[in-house]
Amino acid sequence: MDTFTTMLLAFISLVLVNNLVFTKFLGICPYLGVSGRIDMAFGMGLAVTFVVMLSGTLTWLIDHLILIGTPLEVTRYVCFILVIAGAVQLVEMYVRKFFPPLYDSLGIFLPLITTNCAILGLCLFINLWEIDNLLEAVVRSFGAGVGFTMAICIMAGIRENLELADVPKCLRGVPITLITAGLLTLAFMGFSGMIK
Amino acid sequence: MDNNSQSSIGLYKNTFLAGLWNENPVFRLMLGMCPTLAVTGAVKPAFTMGCCVIFVLICSNIVVSLMRNLLKPHLRIMMFTLTIATFVTIADLILKAFLPDMSDALGPYVPLIIVNCIIICRAEACASKNGMFISIIDAIGMGLGFTLTLCVLASIRELLATGAIFEVQILSLKESGGWFVPLAAFSMPIGAFVTLGLMLGLINLVSKKRS
Repeated sequence: MDTFTTMLLAFISLVLVNNLVFTKFLGICPYLGVSGRIDMAFGMGLAVTFVVMLSGTLTWLIDHLILIGTPLEVTRYVCFILVIAGAVQLVEMYVRKFFPPLYDSLGIFLPLITTNCAILGLCLFINLWEIDNLLEAVVRSFGAGVGFTMAICIMAGIRENLELADVPKCLRGVPITLITAGLLTLAFMGFSGMIK
Repeated sequence: MDNNSQSSIGLYKNTFLAGLWNENPVFRLMLGMCPTLAVTGAVKPAFTMGCCVIFVLICSNIVVSLMRNLLKPHLRIMMFTLTIATFVTIADLILKAFLPDMSDALGPYVPLIIVNCIIICRAEACASKNGMFISIIDAIGMGLGFTLTLCVLASIRELLATGAIFEVQILSLKESGGWFVPLAAFSMPIGAFVTLGLMLGLINLVSKKRS
């Protein structure tokens, strides 16, 4: 029961309280780039969720089984980025085989998941928070993916409506998206303090 | 001969200036948004971050332009990332050794330079096609453009959030007998997003007036 509560709290903390997009500014590029339409945003969110879970788990394993306590620790970042690049390659092959329309619509943004800071960021945060059990690492990576999907879908929903709004000319496009994102973070600040 | 050297100087100058304004990484290309938003709460971390990015950008551009003839197309992004990761590790270790408090303040955002799109973009767009010297010029221009942008954004936010720039008090605070009431919101995520959004809007306005 106790572990269950810890896991649930870890999950909620990463989805709502410490959402990577809203509080840590990670994954802003796809957040601004792909959030034009809800279905694309959702596909992107799922792909990122999968990659982040896979790489979060693998990097935790590599870190704890091989690197920690050895001089090899300095190669940590190189190892992390290799794992992530491999995971993205896997997802790309899978999506191309089974969901060709999604593959076409995501285009360049799919291989760019490698350089999505949300993923490397989460691997680094897991390392930084000194999480020492595998289950919690998996739950947190999953939470981060769900949090990212939620953020990008909310944004896509708002932007679909924003197209009908009368925005001053100089603010159209990215500036108004950034301001909207700012207001969204304000809403999500309401969750802070819910979990320590 | 004379003509040729003059045009090459012009090329270097243009490459250098492009990074500062016309192709400013943050304002024009919308690259490297994560650190731009995350470390601009105060000028000091923003400046440190900018210096790290300049260092990594120059080193990775040199290495990439030296190995540009050996790259295989499908593996090149991988090679870029590995090169960058190596130099970021060096920068991180240097920071940890000589500026431990800055290293703590920046936290995971230093290793996150690896996935900063500016550096991969410059490796792909410039260093993998050009010689070493022009790649270095390009790296310095882009890096300075990025650092300046970070510092401007950070000055605005730090000034409004604490009344200080680079930890030097500029506006006298209300609690110490002055008039300025700090706007705490500017040190929070919303301050980052809204300030950057408004700045981009302002730049759009200015460049439209000019043309």
